[in-house]
Amino acid sequence: MIEISNLTKKFDQFTAIDDLSFNVKEGEVLGFLGPNGAGKSTTMKVITGFLSASTGTAIIDGFDISKNPIQAKQLIGYLPEGAPCYGDMTTLGFLNFVAQIRGYRGKEISSRVQHVVEQVQLQSVCQQTIDTLSKGFKRRVGLAQAIMHDPKVLILDEPTDGLDPNQKYHVRELIKNLSQDKIVIISTHILEEVTAVCTRAIIIAEGRIVADGTPAELEAQSKYHHAVSVKLTDSYDLAADLAGIPEIGDVEQDSEEELRYTILASQSKPIFTQVSEIAQSRHWPVTEFHVNRGELEDVFRMVTQQAQGEA
Amino acid sequence: MGNLGIIFKRELLGYFATPLAYIFIVIFLITNGIFTFDMGGFYLRGQADLLPFFSFHPWLYLFMVPAIAMTLWADERKTGTIELLLTLPIKLSDAVLGKFLAAWALTGIALLLTFPIWMTVNYLGDPDNGVIVAAYIGSWFMAGGFLAIGSCMSACTKNSVIAFILTVSICFLFVIMGSPILLDAFPKWVPQILVDAFSAMGFLTHFDSIAKGVLDIRDILFFTVFIAAWLLASAIVIEMKKAN
Repeated sequence: MIEISNLTKKFDQFTAIDDLSFNVKEGEVLGFLGPNGAGKSTTMKVITGFLSASTGTAIIDGFDISKNPIQAKQLIGYLPEGAPCYGDMTTLGFLNFVAQIRGYRGKEISSRVQHVVEQVQLQSVCQQTIDTLSKGFKRRVGLAQAIMHDPKVLILDEPTDGLDPNQKYHVRELIKNLSQDKIVIISTHILEEVTAVCTRAIIIAEGRIVADGTPAELEAQSKYHHAVSVKLTDSYDLAADLAGIPEIGDVEQDSEEELRYTILASQSKPIFTQVSEIAQSRHWPVTEFHVNRGELEDVFRMVTQQAQGEA
Repeated sequence: MGNLGIIFKRELLGYFATPLAYIFIVIFLITNGIFTFDMGGFYLRGQADLLPFFSFHPWLYLFMVPAIAMTLWADERKTGTIELLLTLPIKLSDAVLGKFLAAWALTGIALLLTFPIWMTVNYLGDPDNGVIVAAYIGSWFMAGGFLAIGSCMSACTKNSVIAFILTVSICFLFVIMGSPILLDAFPKWVPQILVDAFSAMGFLTHFDSIAKGVLDIRDILFFTVFIAAWLLASAIVIEMKKAN
């Protein structure tokens, strides 16, 4: 378990993290979200022991990162932002180095390196110098390094940044396969990634937590949660038919597609049945009809802008 | 092999993975040759010793050693690998010492490869080889002093060129500290003890006797303490400047 309590990090006058507290349990994949400069990377740097906190503690499985840094770091696999690696080494040379630092000796080194090379599919570039690799391969070398010792805690700072869709898919599958009994924290700007791999998401802004929950719970905060989206073939006054039903709120017309409307739920309860009954009885000229789950992007904008407004 | 050894090995192999080590060694040997035989008047002196060879070393190191030292930490910071290195389960001292020792080993290898000069002097005459060994050891320790300054300067900046210039400047200061030109420049009212203390910090003060073959344990001790102090300063600077 990771226990973060009252973590604060100040740089001179600037407060990057402001009294952050949260716990992460085994088996959780935590998505760490927030606008640029919100303190995501700084938080990760403090948890991994690269930076020391101004106040507060980060405890990794009972080891305080500032008091027992070596023991805590042994539990952590970390992919720093931009996946830095020693560019003048070969992939194999670099991974051998990390394996040795991670405590593998003799034959274990090559068998362990071979294992991670297969896991992230680096077989084709083993003998190449890291500087000559493409961005996707470099990122995978960084991942290989992070999972070398099968760490209990995996902290990945923007693991899929700059990868093509196939590579992104692959990295996400890898994270999902890893995460059974581990703690995974990933930071990302890509919200679809959260729904794809995370079991929990924390949104931070201005160094503070502004939302914390499962992706579904966060989506439920969106005003589009339970909303019904319809596309018509002809213009029709939907609002008139729906007026007077308390569960149904506003009807929004799409700004790009004239005949697409979104019917909002006013009491965050499902309105699909009511709307479909009315649509049938009034013979709406409908070609598409579906329920929105709510958009994480909406919630993200809402909570982060609120936080920025307060600050 | 502990973490110190693993880092040492990676760093040393790293020098030989790029042309850096080879260029360093070749230029070191060529300039040594020029200084010794041409400018040092090795043959004209008609003496079977390596004094002309060793007495140029402070000036040679002044430019050669900062060239190795400049990348020690500046490049780690520039490429972000410092974050990788310092989140691995190692002590900061292992990293600082491992990197330093690797660079020091490289200067040691370059120094050992000057052995043809030693063979030459043995072929031509009958030198005191004990004196020569002592001078080699002293020269290597002085290189370590230059490197330790370089390690600290490299930790101060992301830019290796700035690290190079800073290192050369500070090394120059320590080289000339003991020289008579600088000591004579002190006004009369400065107490002699201060002048002596100042002179005692100079590399030349310690190296001149070593080059002549007087390997005093106090001179070696001076360089050892000097190296330790600058490496400690490196660690402090790295710790302080990690965030930017």
